[in-house]
Amino acid sequence: MSPYSSARAPRRGDSQGILRHLDWLTVILYFLLVTAGVISIYAASYDYDNASIFSFDEFSGKQITWVGLSFVLGLVLLLVDSRMYETYAYPIYIAMMALLVVTIFIAPDIKGSRSWLVLGSMSLQPAEFSKFATALALAKLFSTYGFNLNASPSNYVKALFIIFLPVVLILAQKETGSALVYMSLFFVLYREGMSGLILSAALLAVMIFVLAVKYTETMILGIPAGEFSVFCLLMVLMAGMLAVYVKDGVIARNVFLWFAGVSLAEWLLSLGGWQLQGYIFFGVSLGVAVGYCLFEMLRVKAAKLLVTAGVVVVSVGFLFSVGMVFNHMMPHQQKRIKVVLGIVDDPRGDSYNVNQSKIAIGSGGAAGKGFLKGTQTKLKYVPEQHTDFIFCTIGEEEGFVGTTAVILLFLMLILRVISLAERQPTVFGRVYAYCVASYFIFHFCINIGMVIGICPVIGIPLPFFSYGGSSLWGFTFLLFILLRLDASRASRLTR
Amino acid sequence: MRKDYNLEKRKYVVGGFLVVIALIYICRLFTLQITEDKYKDYADNNAFLKKTVYPSRGLIYDRNDSLVVFNQPAYDVMMIPRDVHDFDTIDFCNTLQITPATLRERLAAMRKSPSYSAYTPQTLLSHLSARDYGRLQEKLYRYPGFFIQKRILRQYNYNCSGNLLGNIREVSQADIDRDPYFEPGDYCGDLGIEKSYDACLRGVKGKEILIRDARGRIRGRYEDGAHDIAPVSGHDLRLSIDMGLQQYAESLMVNKIGAVVAIEPSTGEILCMVSSPTYDPTSLIGRERGKNYSALVNDPLKPLFDRALQGAYPPGSTFKPSQGLIFLQENIVTLGTSYPCARGFISGRLRVGCHGHGSPIALKPALQTSCNAYFCWGFKAMVDKRSKYGSSDKAFEVWKNHLVSMGYGYKLGVDLPHEGRGFIPNAKFYNKVYGEGHWSANTIISVSIGQGEILATPLQIANLCATIANRGWFITPHVVKQITDTVIDAQYRDRRIPTIDSHWYNDIAEGMRMAVTGGTCRKANLPGVEVAGKTGTAQNPHGRDHSAFIGFAPYNDPKIAVAVYVENAGFGATYGVPIGSLVIERYLNGHISPERKHIETQMLESNTIIYSGVKKH
Repeated sequence: MSPYSSARAPRRGDSQGILRHLDWLTVILYFLLVTAGVISIYAASYDYDNASIFSFDEFSGKQITWVGLSFVLGLVLLLVDSRMYETYAYPIYIAMMALLVVTIFIAPDIKGSRSWLVLGSMSLQPAEFSKFATALALAKLFSTYGFNLNASPSNYVKALFIIFLPVVLILAQKETGSALVYMSLFFVLYREGMSGLILSAALLAVMIFVLAVKYTETMILGIPAGEFSVFCLLMVLMAGMLAVYVKDGVIARNVFLWFAGVSLAEWLLSLGGWQLQGYIFFGVSLGVAVGYCLFEMLRVKAAKLLVTAGVVVVSVGFLFSVGMVFNHMMPHQQKRIKVVLGIVDDPRGDSYNVNQSKIAIGSGGAAGKGFLKGTQTKLKYVPEQHTDFIFCTIGEEEGFVGTTAVILLFLMLILRVISLAERQPTVFGRVYAYCVASYFIFHFCINIGMVIGICPVIGIPLPFFSYGGSSLWGFTFLLFILLRLDASRASRLTR
Repeated sequence: MRKDYNLEKRKYVVGGFLVVIALIYICRLFTLQITEDKYKDYADNNAFLKKTVYPSRGLIYDRNDSLVVFNQPAYDVMMIPRDVHDFDTIDFCNTLQITPATLRERLAAMRKSPSYSAYTPQTLLSHLSARDYGRLQEKLYRYPGFFIQKRILRQYNYNCSGNLLGNIREVSQADIDRDPYFEPGDYCGDLGIEKSYDACLRGVKGKEILIRDARGRIRGRYEDGAHDIAPVSGHDLRLSIDMGLQQYAESLMVNKIGAVVAIEPSTGEILCMVSSPTYDPTSLIGRERGKNYSALVNDPLKPLFDRALQGAYPPGSTFKPSQGLIFLQENIVTLGTSYPCARGFISGRLRVGCHGHGSPIALKPALQTSCNAYFCWGFKAMVDKRSKYGSSDKAFEVWKNHLVSMGYGYKLGVDLPHEGRGFIPNAKFYNKVYGEGHWSANTIISVSIGQGEILATPLQIANLCATIANRGWFITPHVVKQITDTVIDAQYRDRRIPTIDSHWYNDIAEGMRMAVTGGTCRKANLPGVEVAGKTGTAQNPHGRDHSAFIGFAPYNDPKIAVAVYVENAGFGATYGVPIGSLVIERYLNGHISPERKHIETQMLESNTIIYSGVKKH
């Protein structure tokens, strides 16, 4: 490189330009998380009898190698011309999908999953690398000239194809957890114009499912408390949607008054020991409200009224089919759901991991037991403690201070990625960045939620913390491609 | 590029979602880590195996520093049910040399125990032999959840005095409820000295904190034992018992039912305390304990019943010295007062028999010849002396209070468990039996010669003898002379003075000396040792008379006061006197003189159980 060219700035591919435009906040957060990760792995795999940090037989020793290599990888990714990512998005995606297909056939069976490619002493999990490839492909699709998600259903089909191809291939490798990660890309679709109703509907479905499955014991008005709460929720939802979504004050008021009136009447009747049975009561009140909405449609012709009425009808249908859906699940899935919802307790079986992990975290207290002083983790009470359950070690040894710090670090990183996304001058950059944010959100929520007993046990790693080169490299790819794209935004702006 | 500000707002939805989740997680972590305490305990229960380290139980020596009771190690197989996985039961049983059926039985019994918990160590098998222990120790790594607990068992150098020395046994639920020190599986003293000095002998348990991993394997000591608590060994005891004398007295009592108690008068120290029949304390050690214990319980001769301490016997004529003291103290008689004895006490239609001797008779010769009539007349004179006391009731209360002050009627307070109190009636008792004003001295005349309602333990009888030997005081009898690193209770060092002026005792002692030199206890007249004594022959509803004797020696500087009580053995002179005098001679001289050897042989070989009416199977 000649001294003349280096004097002219900014120039793409110029390392000085990159350093100047690199988002150092993200880099610092990355280093903090990776360092904390290595320390946690060291603590989690620390053995009383023979402890040595640099032994390559130890997890921490190996992880340090992975970290070193990932720094090299990050540097290489930053040195690549940013346009290359956009240009080769589809080829990269296709290559990765091919690798996933190959993996299904050549990977050895490790604990029932065929997702690891063994190369000598090293093994890699291609599913971790298909994440950034899928993100690139999705970004490429959206950056097609004049692409608008809502313009045609075929655009949805294209987007969903890109998302679901890796899901199907990874499910074929029997890695359910890694496959579920791609569901987070619906956040990206939402950001790029998909109706919020779909996300809300998914949320509503989850709520109805949990309420209906969990609260079946107590009875209110002769129906299970769970179903009773779902009906009440639907009443509130319907009145709310009419006011906020349909924005018709008169209809909203009428429906609200109707609900309030019948509820009051039912309550007064129940005081006199005389009440309508739950199904009859809710059937009449919701039925009349839905009928009223449909009647109003004749007058105002608002499609949103139909949607509102439809949401209520479909929700009631879903509620009644939950029992059927639940009964059609595999027994071990039913059990996991029941354990997570606290319906059954099984300290030696499925909930053993979660139980021990809660004990580890809970016993840490405010300030923790101190580095390398955690008994739960040192004595291997928590299975998978250096991989999926690494958060336990932090909870036990660093306490509430440590866990909160890690959560805040992730929160800062992800919010930073979102803000990077929004400042991207190109659709490609923005969509890619949102993919990165979505993956992080999913891993963060599910992994920590699982360890503290809020989410079901879905085996996915905590980014930068869980032991393993593939996961670390996968997230390094995601983050450093984003940093590279972001660093060149100025040149894009001037183009 | 087209910018859609409506869609850009959706970043708040995505970001907001994340922030809400993060807040929920932080709240959840707050409750897990800060609000709830239970997880710390759970983690500690997981990681730390708190193993009890049993202290060495105090040793027991006799008064001549000869070791009597000591410790031997034993090994218990413990298990923590929660940590036990499936294991090779056949190999396990072979190693311990038990049958699978026994193992199943033990497991079932363990689970039924009220103190059972899957999380704490439970005793599976106790008292492994050193050989079985060695074999199991080698294979223990194959059986996670099992460990071996070292324990202390007792061992004895003397195969005698089971009731006196006592034993140890595993604590019962009642013991655990009574004393918070005990935990299931602990041992506590049972019977005798082991029981009364348990708190002293047992020491303080220690704790060893071991680190246990998820597979139940022990990974070492927590912080190199910094939090361990070292056990504190129990105090050693030095008994006042002379084990040589004790054994000798027991051998004299073989095939007899009864008791021998010897006290050093100047200290109240019990030199020997025999309850016959006795049993071997080693039979109650280890695995055979249960079987042997029930055999003792079912034995018709009731060896577990400590006759020296708990037996309530009519003291018979051994009671007469106390009567003489009361009469003198109350000015009922003087040394010169004589009462007639027409081969008995005759008052109206009442007659209490006596044997041939001169009449009328004064106090000392009355003691010498054990004249019943003298003491009946004296008692009648006192109880019917309304001029002095106002009524028989009041006179009798005075009489009773003197006896209580001499240690009768209530527990003496010996440092052994289950002491009996004997029985001295009061006026109220007779008012209830006969009606107020419907009884007089004649009605209850037999109490004056230690019969009737009067009951005393051999220890109380011996204590009276010690009081006379001391000429007017005694120290509460006790069996422990010294406790290492601490002092014995003050009540075993302080004198107790009965309500009788001390100068009267010389006269009584003289009467007792006369009984030895020329009265009922001539067989106790040892060459070279001045013995004073009193025989007793107690009528009883259980067949032949009981034979009793009290005596002390040397007369002027008493070293030993002894009481002998042999059930259904006839006259006091036939068994009581020989046995008592042999004990005195053996203690003072260390051997039996050749001319008295025949008495010893006779006692060793005689059998009075045949008169007891008890059929031994």
